[in-house]
Amino acid sequence: MESVHTFESEHEATSTGLPNTKLAMWLFLASDCLLFGALISTYVLYRGASLVGPYPSEVFDIPYTSVSSFVLLASSLTMVLALAAIQRGEMGRMRVWLLATALLGMTFVGGQVYEFTTFYREGLTLSTNLFGTTFYVLTGFHGTHVGVGVLMLLSLVAMSFTGRITSRDTMAVELVGLYWHFVDIVWIVIFTVVYLIPTGK
Amino acid sequence: MERADVREPASPTPPRARGRTVRHPSPKEYVRIAVVLAVVTAMEVGIYYAEISRALLIPLLLIFAAIKFVLVVLWYMHLRFDSRTYARFFMIGVAGAVTLYLIVLLTFRTFAG
Repeated sequence: MESVHTFESEHEATSTGLPNTKLAMWLFLASDCLLFGALISTYVLYRGASLVGPYPSEVFDIPYTSVSSFVLLASSLTMVLALAAIQRGEMGRMRVWLLATALLGMTFVGGQVYEFTTFYREGLTLSTNLFGTTFYVLTGFHGTHVGVGVLMLLSLVAMSFTGRITSRDTMAVELVGLYWHFVDIVWIVIFTVVYLIPTGK
Repeated sequence: MERADVREPASPTPPRARGRTVRHPSPKEYVRIAVVLAVVTAMEVGIYYAEISRALLIPLLLIFAAIKFVLVVLWYMHLRFDSRTYARFFMIGVAGAVTLYLIVLLTFRTFAG
């Protein structure tokens, strides 16, 4: 079974021989690691330090969040399938996979909105306790990243219909894909550190 | 009469670099990675409900998360196939964040007790 596929990549001539836009995206993702590192370590720093409830063990619904995690993982698959499609010059298939990725992303964000609403009804607000503050800020920032990613995906689809993205513009899809997968790997860490590792309270 | 040695003028520098052949995983390989990611996630959730000690549970969960992180970065973000320069850029961010915030957490004795 073929495990790799090859394609011709073309970009502006640069001193490094690598496309500047892709280098810039990796640099941006590296800087975003520091942002999420700060938010995750703040959550860990104040883990179990809340003086009043609700505590994580009282509000978390692990089966529900697990489904959300599967949805985001599935969106990473559809994203790489969109990239593979444009690399083969299949614009129609690329649009389908991009729309599927956007739909899965919207499902994830919708799930997060529902989760926040449920927690709010159970008495957990941004200012209730340290858990509420660190949890909402961390997962809210992540959800915002997903929302921005959805807008980029839908923009790509719209641009492909107007002819501003053609089968030669594989780099545009690859860059959005890098951002999307980064959002996925951040969730991998959040799901483990925030939801699965028990706090004791 | 001798013919003058007429040469074509050198072509100007092309605005775009020449196309080069890039190798990326095939769609089948992407699906295989997705299956592995789903299985590892299911195992994570499974051991969360298993009756095992916290001392064993936490390292296991972190190992599973690390496996998923590496699979996505190497295959879906193509660091296994692309130039190592990208990997160096990204590793500066990851290593910098882990080192910096580990020092912060250790300073505040977060892991003590």
